[in-house]
Amino acid sequence: MSAAPGAPAAARVDYLNADYGIRSWLLTTDHKRIALLYLGTITLMFFVGGTLAVLMRLHLIDPAGALVHPDTYNKLFTMHGIIMIFFFLIPSIPAVLGNFLVPLMIGAKDLAFPKINLLSWYVFITGASLALYSLVAGGVDTGWTFYTPYSSTYSNSHVISMAIGVFITGFSSILTGLNFIVTIHKMRAPGLTWFRMPLFLWAIYGTSLIMILATPVIAITIMLVGAERILHVGIFDPALGGDPLLFQHLFWFYSHPAVYIMILPGMGVISELITCFSRKKIFGYSFVAFSSMAIAVISFLVWGHHMFVAGQSVYAALIFSLLSFLVAIPSAIKVFNWTATLYQGSISYEAPMLYALGFIGLFTMGGLTGLFLASLATDVHLSGTYFIVAHFHYIMVGGAVMAYMGGLHFWWPKITGRLYPDMWARIAAAIIFFGFNLTFFPQFMLGYLGMPRRYATYPAEFQILNVMSSAGASILGIGYLIPLIYLIWSIRYGPVAPPNPWRAKGLEWQTPSPPPTYNFETTPVVTEEAYAYGPADSAEEGAHG
Amino acid sequence: MADAATPTPHAAEHAAEHPSYLAHHFAGIDQQFEAGSLGMWVFLVTEIMFFGGLFAGYAVYRHLYLPGFEAGSRLLDVRFGAANTAVLIGSSLTMALAVRAAQMNRRKALILCLILTMLLGAAFLGIKFTYEWSHDYEDHLVPGMGFSYPGPNAPAIQLFFCFYFFMTGLHALHMVIGLGIMAVLVWMAARGKFDDGYYSPIEVSGLYWHFIDIVWIFLFPLLYLVGGRY
Repeated sequence: MSAAPGAPAAARVDYLNADYGIRSWLLTTDHKRIALLYLGTITLMFFVGGTLAVLMRLHLIDPAGALVHPDTYNKLFTMHGIIMIFFFLIPSIPAVLGNFLVPLMIGAKDLAFPKINLLSWYVFITGASLALYSLVAGGVDTGWTFYTPYSSTYSNSHVISMAIGVFITGFSSILTGLNFIVTIHKMRAPGLTWFRMPLFLWAIYGTSLIMILATPVIAITIMLVGAERILHVGIFDPALGGDPLLFQHLFWFYSHPAVYIMILPGMGVISELITCFSRKKIFGYSFVAFSSMAIAVISFLVWGHHMFVAGQSVYAALIFSLLSFLVAIPSAIKVFNWTATLYQGSISYEAPMLYALGFIGLFTMGGLTGLFLASLATDVHLSGTYFIVAHFHYIMVGGAVMAYMGGLHFWWPKITGRLYPDMWARIAAAIIFFGFNLTFFPQFMLGYLGMPRRYATYPAEFQILNVMSSAGASILGIGYLIPLIYLIWSIRYGPVAPPNPWRAKGLEWQTPSPPPTYNFETTPVVTEEAYAYGPADSAEEGAHG
Repeated sequence: MADAATPTPHAAEHAAEHPSYLAHHFAGIDQQFEAGSLGMWVFLVTEIMFFGGLFAGYAVYRHLYLPGFEAGSRLLDVRFGAANTAVLIGSSLTMALAVRAAQMNRRKALILCLILTMLLGAAFLGIKFTYEWSHDYEDHLVPGMGFSYPGPNAPAIQLFFCFYFFMTGLHALHMVIGLGIMAVLVWMAARGKFDDGYYSPIEVSGLYWHFIDIVWIFLFPLLYLVGGRY
């Protein structure tokens, strides 16, 4: 059984077979090809970061530490955090799915600035190469937050090269965000008004706003740290008159909004998946759209909740606590509206939908535990414990990565023109869901019991929960390897995908799979609202299933 | 006009008008112009946040170490700062005139205004470098390069000069990049690339140049004027 199934598509020219050779990829300005360049790069980074996580969990099987020296352990959790956040999560949905889908969803031939789009990938791999170099050269042990004075006075690891890597990578997300904002404003097809746009685009738009507003601040902060180290001046060093708290303020002014850079696009993906697999219009379109904008705005006003125990003023902490509670409102609007969309829908459980349903449950848990941390009194108890680790992994892995996997499966037939084996995909989704909860739910309990994060050893009474967590991590790891295998398999051996395998709405499904280089034979004209899954559509579904 | 349009199935859609400067993925020249302009505005927003981090740090430390920052400010020579402010505002005028010349299809005036803008920009950098930074260096006021100050508040004054050099240095870097852009524009203008139908690179670069000017308008009073002296 050679590549026989591929034969029928051979006649048609699409973006994948329009041109061959390494030059046609490395010099491409096609947003779809650039999305694939990003896909390859961040998949590599994901498995590097994942390997570091597995090593950490193996080490923590034993209370005295089973595997590595404590100094190495410091480097493991630092490098895991830096690679996963800056080199996987932040580019994941925007740079891969967003790059691929934004022009398709708005009926455009490409992003507004195709060359800048390619430039952003080169900027990204330059930063990623520096990060990998720092990893190989000996790693960084500051924690992913680069807190001073770990990163300045007391640092003895490769902080400078890593910081430059993160600094450079920041410009790639600025360029991506700039491109998306201009494209969504100026390049929509005739008839595609703002309130007819798929909600994925609203989420990407909100994300882009955060990218262009927050990322420059981390860039300048890293520059200041670099200057402090190189010139030996006291910008953040209290011995020389600097203020370490200012570093934390500037850092979290970027890094809290950055959390929404990671989760907002995921929410956009979920809106697409839930509507398609319930065959229903989204419940309360404008509420879901505006909640994305609300999250983007509020994200800039809550950074102080990372510093409740760091020494900021109590009154500032009170205000930040209140503002942090406000984030729960737009987040809850989304969860309630997705749930209401499911109500009386004709739901089917293809693999992307499994990820979407998993997202809703896990994101809800991650969000609700966030309220524990937004409350001053409970935060004092939970700060710096595994509760924090569990909370943000429920948002970042249970939320963002679930959504990314769901989106990747949903649009895979469009991206590659091939179908993957649905049964394997469902099995993998179930394994990931189970492995994830086994990994991180025990960490909530560990944190509540007082086990601090970032230690290479722990008291023996915490061993059972730690072993459960480590067992879960190995299951989770297998869960991520299975899609890697069958997705790659499907590129060559998968059945040829029709233009619209899910019978989904949206412009991207109205062009062949994979799309031609300029996306549409003629510029589409939009005449209906998003998610017009009508009664006829449901009836057909009923007869079908 | 040779390589602009590759024949594709949908070529008929825009076969009517396809000038060489219209990129293939835009529906028309208006869309391209608006996209370019909005792109620059969005970029300038990121620039504001970029400088904003430094302004925030400056504000915090000024609040913490007011006497030192005032003493540091008094060590700067306000005459050169004022002269440079005038030079930069003049360069913004010539830049605005360059855009006007492009809109009115006056190529020689366009090239002249661009060159004047470059000369004024270079004058700014020249004054900054020869009369300010090099004197600061001789007076041991450059942090990390032999900073020493005999009077009181030396650490705070060093912090002031950290921010002074970061802010004016980053500003000067933007000026240098701006001069490079201007050089390309002059070259393009000399080859007749611009006319009243296509001048968006001039307009967009003008936005960038004015932005650099405005940053200086904030830097000048913050560093030279407020506190101490007046």
